Order: sequence, then structure tokens, then C-alpha cells
Amino acid sequence: MHEVLSKKQLSPNVTRLDVMARRIAEIRQPGQFVIVRRGEGAERIPLTIADADPAAGSIALVIQAVGKTTRDLVALNPGDAIQDISGPLGRPTDLIASGRALCVGGGVGTAVIHPIAQGLRQRGVAVVSIIGGRSKEWVIFEDDLRKLGEVIVCTDDGSYGRKGFVTDAAKDVLAAGGVDCVYAVGPVPMMRAVVAVTKPLGVETIVSLNPVMVDGTGMCGGCRVSVGNETKFACVDGPEFDGHLVDFDLLWDRLGTYRTQEQESLVRHEGSCRIGLEKPNAG
Amino acid sequence: MSAKITTRERLKIDRQAMPERDATARAAGFSEVNLGFTEKLAMLEAQRCIQCKEPRCVAGCPVMVNIPRFIQFIADGDLAAAAQNLLGDNALPAITGRVCPQETQCEIECIRGLKGMSVAIGHLERFVADWASRHANQIVATPPQPTGKKVAVIGSGPAGLTAAGELVKLGHEVTVYEALHKPGGVLVYGIPEFRLPKKIVQEEVERLQRAGVKIECNVVIGRTYTLQELRARFDAIFIANGAGLPMFMNVPGENLKGVYSANEYLTRVNLMAAYQFPSADTPVIAGKRVAVVGGGNVAMDAVRTARRLGASSAMIVYRRTKKEMPARAEEVHHAEQEGIRFEFLVAPVEVQGNDQRWVTGLKCRRMELGEPDASGRRSPVPIPGSEFVIECDVVVVAIGSRANPLLTSTCPELKLNRNGNIAAGPNGMTSLPGVFAGGDIVRGAATVILAMGDGKRAAQAIDGYLKGA
Ligand SMILES: Cc1cc2nc3c(=O)[nH]c(=O)nc-3n(C[C@H](O)[C@H](O)[C@H](O)COP(=O)(O)OP(=O)(O)OC[C@H]3O[C@@H](n4cnc5c(N)ncnc54)[C@H](O)[C@@H]3O)c2cc1C
Ligand SMILES: Cc1cc2nc3c(=O)[nH]c(=O)nc-3n(C[C@H](O)[C@H](O)[C@H](O)COP(=O)(O)OP(=O)(O)OC[C@H]3O[C@@H](n4cnc5c(N)ncnc54)[C@H](O)[C@@H]3O)c2cc1C
Ligand code: SF4
Ligand code: FES
Repeated sequence: MHEVLSKKQLSPNVTRLDVMARRIAEIRQPGQFVIVRRGEGAERIPLTIADADPAAGSIALVIQAVGKTTRDLVALNPGDAIQDISGPLGRPTDLIASGRALCVGGGVGTAVIHPIAQGLRQRGVAVVSIIGGRSKEWVIFEDDLRKLGEVIVCTDDGSYGRKGFVTDAAKDVLAAGGVDCVYAVGPVPMMRAVVAVTKPLGVETIVSLNPVMVDGTGMCGGCRVSVGNETKFACVDGPEFDGHLVDFDLLWDRLGTYRTQEQESLVRHEGSCRIGLEKPNAG
Repeated sequence: MSAKITTRERLKIDRQAMPERDATARAAGFSEVNLGFTEKLAMLEAQRCIQCKEPRCVAGCPVMVNIPRFIQFIADGDLAAAAQNLLGDNALPAITGRVCPQETQCEIECIRGLKGMSVAIGHLERFVADWASRHANQIVATPPQPTGKKVAVIGSGPAGLTAAGELVKLGHEVTVYEALHKPGGVLVYGIPEFRLPKKIVQEEVERLQRAGVKIECNVVIGRTYTLQELRARFDAIFIANGAGLPMFMNVPGENLKGVYSANEYLTRVNLMAAYQFPSADTPVIAGKRVAVVGGGNVAMDAVRTARRLGASSAMIVYRRTKKEMPARAEEVHHAEQEGIRFEFLVAPVEVQGNDQRWVTGLKCRRMELGEPDASGRRSPVPIPGSEFVIECDVVVVAIGSRANPLLTSTCPELKLNRNGNIAAGPNGMTSLPGVFAGGDIVRGAATVILAMGDGKRAAQAIDGYLKGA
């Protein structure tokens, strides 16, 4: 059992939970994630370790409520508990040793960029972060990232920072030169767009892939992605890969596998929440 | 009561059939197929055993269960003694009684099989084990003398659980680390409810916990802790992390939506209870026409699962013939009863899909059997120009699994063999002092009872090592 210590709403659909997970807090590295199962009957889902406090023994999970499982998680309150958390899983980020890195975060991906920027900064790498959201209220982790270097904020509607997509800002930073590596995490279309910018320039780009996972240990193969025409298991070979080699179409496609079931689950969930009948009974 | 029965009379009794759930009814749900012997059936079956002086069945059992002895206690009606004896030889009899390939181990050796039918050893084993779990209080266990030594077991499949059980009996302090959220290994994530109810595995696990075994779930060795860290904290280690790396066919189209490894398909349905979706949260693509590639127990479990999830056509695609199928005979028989189709001498060459990249078919080639290969099985050879398409919307790949490198790759000091399995001696000793290994991680995908045998032998070897240390 992992107690929820604190809860904070970061944007209209993104919530931060700090939960107890002592061992993971001690040893987690940038780029690693955990598999979380809220309780009996719940799905196992992967969530990045956005931050950790080894002294308190807690890790930060930053959760975008997109479906049944993530909504159930953000409904938890301090004092509640998550039954299962396993990790830290995945390979740690391949951090460059020196120079200057550009970190691009879209939506909840900004929370994944944060530990990467932390790791880079610790090694003395200069960090420029570009983060984006629909409008001001959707921008997250700005203050945390400002502690680590320059931050460029983009909003689709121009309500805050620069108007436009993160890719536009990335183009400008790259054009000015001096970027040794790009780390991009966000929705698949965003990562694909960033790679479309960096590939012609030949700038190394690391992306974090988010396929559907079950065990997170390489046992099921459900998380398979294609990188350089080779099938990889994202949970053990990744989740981060060389963006120039990733088959984003395949990833996007496979993410749609359970769309029908996800909708069914959500509709049922919303209904049962209203009449207070939700009763998961398996697992 | 059976004391006066003569051998002649024993020989007159016919083998008692296992009561089964009706094939049509059961194919619509996940309830266990075999219902188990009643006490009356069990006693009758037990009387068929002629109590050989040199029992061949015992030699056929990988863990040498004293079969005639526990059967004699059944015949005598002393079920507590039957249970006591059986449990002394075999730590998980309710499981092996259900999943052992008895027809190639103990029962094939049974003398009564020479003329007629062998004694139903597996069914009797299951009967006694189930009786034991209902009457746990009647079985006495003497608590061991604590040794003060600590042993870590990695993995809670049959090898790990057996070793843990033996080690606590010997007085050692045992902690089992399991990567998933529930203990049992393949017994909970792979083998389906209709063949091995999860409740049975849970009862066996709880019995071990009562005996003092500590189990920590959600701990992935190689990630949460390294093997070297465990070596510093424990006096000895038993690695039993199984063969959990699914193999794919490496044919075009294998990443289409609707293609599963058997591990993923079965894990979703068993461990995550996807058959109860949406009251359980994890979904699975059920499929109207499901093609399962392979001919082992895993393939049989997957295809019978597909049937239960509502597939109107559930089919095995196997590149050899029925004779070469490695699955347990009972599973093949049950599959046939449930209307599973079998395509023999057929090998997939491509998974076909539509423009939304959902599976629409499996393109296959017909095969014929050529010369026997190294394993003695005749190897299939493709027939040129024989391509054809099996229409389907879900493909499950059940062609085997290999050693998962997650743990071993983080400990380069540990010697592996060519297939990535851990190199271990007959008692499980590895290249690292105090580190033992057994089960599928050493043998490659094998059987429950062989994994248990490894666990038992390794526990004895660990005990010896700890006493010497
Ligand atoms: C390595 C990794 C790290 C991630 N880190 C974060 C994070 O820090 N914060 C965050 O909000 N999200 C993160 N995600 C995505 C998160 O796991 C999914 O949003 C979540 O599983 C959706 O579950 P749901 O039931 O709420 O939604 P659903 O309605 O089930 O699905 C919504 C969408 O989420 C995706 N999804 C569904 N099930 C899974 C699954 N088991 N594994 C992965 N994706 C799935 C699918 O694309 C689906 O279309 C991460 C994913 C991966 C692979
Ligand atoms: C679908 C299916 C059906 C089968 N049917 C039969 C049958 O009818 N009869 C029969 O005899 N055999 C059958 N088998 C084979 C049998 O189940 C295996 O041979 C047996 O389970 C192997 O036992 P094990 O203890 O070595 O490993 P496993 O049962 O695989 O257990 C290994 C455990 O270790 C855990 N683990 C893995 N890596 C780590 C890590 N790094 N840290 C911590 N824990 C870890 C895993 O999660 C798992 O729980 C079947 C197998 C499958 C897949
Ligand atoms: S453990 Fe398996 S092989 Fe041994 S007697 Fe029991 S059923 Fe037969
Ligand atoms: S999630 Fe199962 S292999 Fe990656």
C-alpha cells in the first residue's frame, strides 16, 4: 500500500500526486517510470516518475485524466492509498555529458521532461526548455523548469508566452545553433513534429514513447514499437528511443487498439459514479 | 476396509472417469472443466492400484512422489494420512494434480496401463490435495528450529514457491520477491481459470505464508534491487524468474492491431480478469475468428480462452501433426470437445490487415513432414505454391518463450548458456557462490513439476551450503 501524501491540481486535467514509495524514491533515475494499479480490479498503467523526495520517501506522479483509470487515480485524496506500485522501470535517459540540451514538453509530457532536465542540469549541461499548452491554465511545471535554465512557454491561443506550437519555438532555438541534443516528450503528433524539424538538421533527438503496457517487465510484448525497422519492447528497451528512427505511425495506430473499450469503460464509469455503484470485482 | 480386497478383484475395477462440466455449457464461461472425484469414486479408483513392490509410477514422477502409499491411504479411507504423505513429497499437489502431463510421466509407467488403463494418479492426487485444503486443521506440521539464515527467492512461480516452502521447513528465513502484483507466476498469469482456478493457487500461497514464507510483490529484481544488493543482504539466493520473454514469428504484419503474444492475451484475461470487462478495467480484443499459432499447452489455453470470450471460430494453426503436439492429451481432448478447429501442417507467412491496420487474415503455407530433427520429431518442410489465407480478426502467437534478460543483463558476473538461460549444475548451483537457480530460467520453457523438482533440490543444496558456511 502506498499512501497519497499530497495532491495538487496543475491544470484543468492534470493532477500531481505525491505518494509513498521509499525504495523507488531512493534510486529512480530520469526517464524511468512505475506501473501503478490502484486496487482490486483496476488496470495496470505506466506513469513517469516526475520527481522524488528520497528523504520523505515519496515520488511525484503527474497524471492527465484521460480515461477510467487515470480518472480513478486523480480522484484519490491525501490519506488514500494506491495498492500496487512497481518500479523503477525502463532504462534511464541517455543524458549527454556536457554542452547544451533543448527539452521540449507538450501537455503532461512536460512532467516527463522535468526529471530529464534535472538530470542534465546536475551534470552541468545547459538546459533550454520549451513547454506548451492550449492556453495559460494548461501550462505546467514552468516554475520547476525555470530553476534549471531558460524556459520558453508557448500557448496555442497566445494567452501566455509565445503564441503557437512548441515546434515553432524549437525551430528558432535550433536555427540559432549550439544545441547538442533534443529531448522531446508529449503527444505522438508533437513528438513526430519535433522530429520532422530536427531530422533534416541532423540534431540527435530522444523521444519517450507511451505505448499501452501491461507488466512493464518485457513479459507480454504488448508495448512493442518499431525503431529503425526493428521491433522493441518499450518497457525494457525504452521507453526512450532515437526519435529519428521511430515509426510514429505504428505507435499512433496501436494506441488506438482499445478505443471502443475505453469509451465503453468511461461511459459506464461516469454513469456509475453518479449513482455511486462503482464496484470493481476482480484482479 | 479395503484390506481384504484381492488383486483379482482390484483388476476387475474399471478406471473411473473424471466428472466434467458439459462441453457446450463450459465453453461459454470460465468455470473449471474438471469437477473432481467424489470420495466414492476416489476410493474405487484407489482400489485399482495393485500396490507394486517396485512401483514404476514413482520412477516416472520427476519428484518421486510415493504414489502407491498415498493411494493405499485413500483406499483405506484415511484421507488425513493420504494428505500428510502426499504433502511431504509434493508441496503443491492441488496444482500438479491438475496440470502435470501424467500421461507421459507417472501414468505411462503404471503397470495396469500395460493391459488396459493406468490408475488415474493425477485425478487421485488432485482429490487428496483438495481434501487437504478443506481440512487444513487436520494436518499437523512441526515448526522447525530457526537457523538464523536468510534466503531470498526471486520469482513466485512453482520453482520459487516450492523452494520457499522447503526452505522454511528447514528453519531458514525466506523472502520471495515477485515482479507482478500477485504471486504464482505462470500459474496465475498464464494457465486459465477453467483449468486451474486462481483460488487454488491462492490457497497454496497462503499455506506457505502461514508456514512463514514472506512474499513481497511489485519488486522487480534487476530494477528495484540488483542481484548484487540481494547478495549483500541475504545468505543465499534462489533465482526462479521463469522464461517470460515471448517469441514472435518475425513475419510481416505482426504489429497489426489484433496480434497478441500468448503471454499478453492470457495475462489480460487471467491476471487482469479481462473476461469480466467492463466490471474489471482491463480490456482484451475478443475476436470473432481467432487463430492461435502453436501446438503446446500455451496454445491450447489461448484457443480455449478465445472460445470462451465468444469467438465463433477458434482455431489452432500448427506446423506439424496432432501426434507431434506437445500439449497435454487431456487439453487437446477438451479442446476438441469444445469445438476448436485444428489446422495441421500449416505455417504462417504473413499477417494481413485492412487500411486501419486491424488484422483480417493469416496467410499460411502448407507443410509436409520431412526427416526427424535433433529432437526426434519429424521437421516440417513447406510445400511450394500452397499459400492460402485463414480469415481471422485476432491472431495469438504461442510459439514459445525464452529467458527474459531483465535480471541477468544487470548481473554480468552470472554465467549464462547460449540461449540466455542461467547455467546451473544439477543441484541448481550457479557460477556465483551462494546463488542457485532453477525452473524455466535454467531449463527453458518446461513444466510445472520440473520447476518444482528444481526448487526442491535447490532448497536442499542451499541448506547444505548454509550449514557449511
Ligand atoms: C512509459 C510511459 C509513461 C507514461 N507516463 C505518464 C505520465 O507521467 N502521466 C500521464 O498522465 N500519463 C502517462 N502515460 C500514459 C498513461 O499510462 C495513459 O494515459 C493511461 O494508461 C490511460 O489509462 P486510462 O484508463 O485513464 O485511459 P484509457 O481510456 O484506457 O486510454 C486513453 C489512452 O491512453 C492510452 N493507454 C491506455 N491504456 C494504457 C496502458 N495500459 N499503458 C499505456 N497507455 C495506455 C491509450 O492510448 C488510450 O487511447 C505514460 C505511458 C507510458 C507508456
Ligand atoms: C499458458 C501456459 C500453460 C502451461 N501449461 C502447463 C501445464 O499444463 N502443465 C505443465 O506442467 N506446465 C505448463 N506450463 C509451463 C509451466 O507453467 C512452467 O514451466 C512453470 O510455470 C515454470 O515455473 P517457474 O517457477 O520456473 O517460472 P514462472 O512460473 O514463469 O514464474 C516466474 C515468476 O518470476 C517472476 N519474475 C520474473 N522476472 C522477475 C524479476 N526480475 N524479479 C522478480 N520476479 C520476477 C515472474 O513474474 C513470475 O511470477 C504452461 C505455461 C504457460 C505459459
Ligand atoms: S507429481 Fe505429477 S508426475 Fe508425480 S505423481 Fe503427481 S501427477 Fe504424477
Ligand atoms: S509491457 Fe509487457 S512487455 Fe512491455
